[in-house]
Amino acid sequence: MRWMLVALAVGFLALFLVLPLLAVFSEALRRGVDAFLAAFTEPDTQAAIGLTLLVAAIAVPLNLVFGVAAAWAVAKFEFAGKSLLVTLIDLPFSVSPVVSGLVYVLLFGAKGLLGPLMDDWQFKIIFAVPGIVLATIFVTFPFIARELIPLMQEQGTAEEEAALTLGASGWRTFLTVTLPNVRWALLYGVLLCNARAMGEFGAVSVVSGHIRGLTNTMPLHVEILYNEYNFVAAFAVASLLAGLALVTLGAKSILEWRYGDSLARVHRH
Amino acid sequence: MAIEHVDLAVQPGELLALLGPSGSGKTTFLRLIAGLEAPTAGRILFGEEDATRLAVRDRRVGFVFQHYALFRHLTVAENIAYGLRVRPRRTRPRDKEIRQRVADLLDLVQLRGLDKRHPAQLSGGQRQRVALARALAVEPRVLLLDEPFGALDAKVRRDLRRWLREVHDRTGHTTLFVTHDQEEALELADRVAIFNRGAVEQVGTPDDVLDRPATAFVAGFVGEAVRLPVDAAGSWIRIGPHQVRTPEENVAGPAELFVRPRDLVIARPGADAIPARVICVRRSGTSRRAELSLSDDLPTVEIELADGRTVRRGDVLPVVLATVRLFTSR
Repeated sequence: MRWMLVALAVGFLALFLVLPLLAVFSEALRRGVDAFLAAFTEPDTQAAIGLTLLVAAIAVPLNLVFGVAAAWAVAKFEFAGKSLLVTLIDLPFSVSPVVSGLVYVLLFGAKGLLGPLMDDWQFKIIFAVPGIVLATIFVTFPFIARELIPLMQEQGTAEEEAALTLGASGWRTFLTVTLPNVRWALLYGVLLCNARAMGEFGAVSVVSGHIRGLTNTMPLHVEILYNEYNFVAAFAVASLLAGLALVTLGAKSILEWRYGDSLARVHRH
Repeated sequence: MAIEHVDLAVQPGELLALLGPSGSGKTTFLRLIAGLEAPTAGRILFGEEDATRLAVRDRRVGFVFQHYALFRHLTVAENIAYGLRVRPRRTRPRDKEIRQRVADLLDLVQLRGLDKRHPAQLSGGQRQRVALARALAVEPRVLLLDEPFGALDAKVRRDLRRWLREVHDRTGHTTLFVTHDQEEALELADRVAIFNRGAVEQVGTPDDVLDRPATAFVAGFVGEAVRLPVDAAGSWIRIGPHQVRTPEENVAGPAELFVRPRDLVIARPGADAIPARVICVRRSGTSRRAELSLSDDLPTVEIELADGRTVRRGDVLPVVLATVRLFTSR
């Protein structure tokens, strides 16, 4: 009975996870390594990779700051509207990414609420890089906060209180007590946040406008290449994203194995 | 827990216990002194200085938390040095001095050689001592301990209790500690403040609170007393069907009599002796006690038996009240 269950689970995993992954790499390498590498010399592909890195480089640090601040506030302080804040943090998880993107179009688009203002300032958000960054920040906001809140709540405030009685300032307490106590959970959250920031499709697709070489991120570029029947290039770029996923998974496993007890037990993605 | 009308003067160098049932406000009181809670009214004075509005970090109190709250990512030595290292550069001792101070404190708390360990690698008693050393490192004006032995097993508790008294006598810090364990408070403290429902019922030496309880609550709370409803009239009290003479003449009408195991003695049969039926005999630690029924409608009381005295279930013993603790019923 047990073996049947295990076989069932392994079979399921192989069918739905391993097989597609192998397909990505085999399709990418179907015409040989040269064709695979040639895909990356394409200027539009390079631009897409560059844009993805740029967006992640902006969105992840910002969400690091927002996430830590939100988690700190929620876990260590009592204030009115706290449960509302917790609900808001989870909002991006419950809203379809397409809707998240659409919100920005309705806000900043040419016919949007703040559209005329953007026109006056000669500042483009929709169908430009700022929009992509905004949408990515929105979609990836919960990852770090959600990772930190349960752990910080579990740790309580006694150590912070001890630091205060020993003469440390609030900021010093945060830097020397609160932050080190969550450092592995924080790294874990950053990894997940980064993976999602680079891989996000829906929200970005709505605000990007798909301008080749300008507003195409890697996931969008994969779609365009695929629709143009350029399968080798499409799967080559896709394999890069898959590789990122594998690296994230590996790093995540190492973290869990090595520092499992200093990650939150309450909640797992 | 809210506390009200607590007026407590702590003497310099004193070891004061805050004793009370859980939820009586003793921990809140300790946290108010530390500045971890803010009072809505009232003042907190350190000597002549008004500390009521002083921030926690400026109060210079040493606080030992119930579960120690050691910094889990720092070693024992780093934990102890924390309060010195976070000082502004002007007042921070030099590295060498900090190291020396940590070494001295490790000696004081008998943990030399464990300086590189992390809190997770220590036993409960060791953590407790690290927490104390960390609090002492900043040379606090007052040392505050919240249930310092609460999380330890009985043997370690007793050892640490004696050791804490020694440390106190050697360092001379004014010390307040919270406990719900009366044995601990009465053994360790110079004076005991008895808390009940957010107020102080009595402050006094262990002898005061044991022998001269100021209120019915204190009489009932310390010394394992049994509360008997009685009627008082002048120099007589009526306990169920029995009449007993009393030196306490200020109480009249319905009253409460508090009886501890040592308050009853076995007498020769006589006018004042109460015939008490033995319900059972049992050991309590090293002493032997008999549970007695004075009357069917009264709670049973306990009496301490002398060694070698054989008492059996069902015997009727003549007993007299050696000490009378009588309070008017509220």
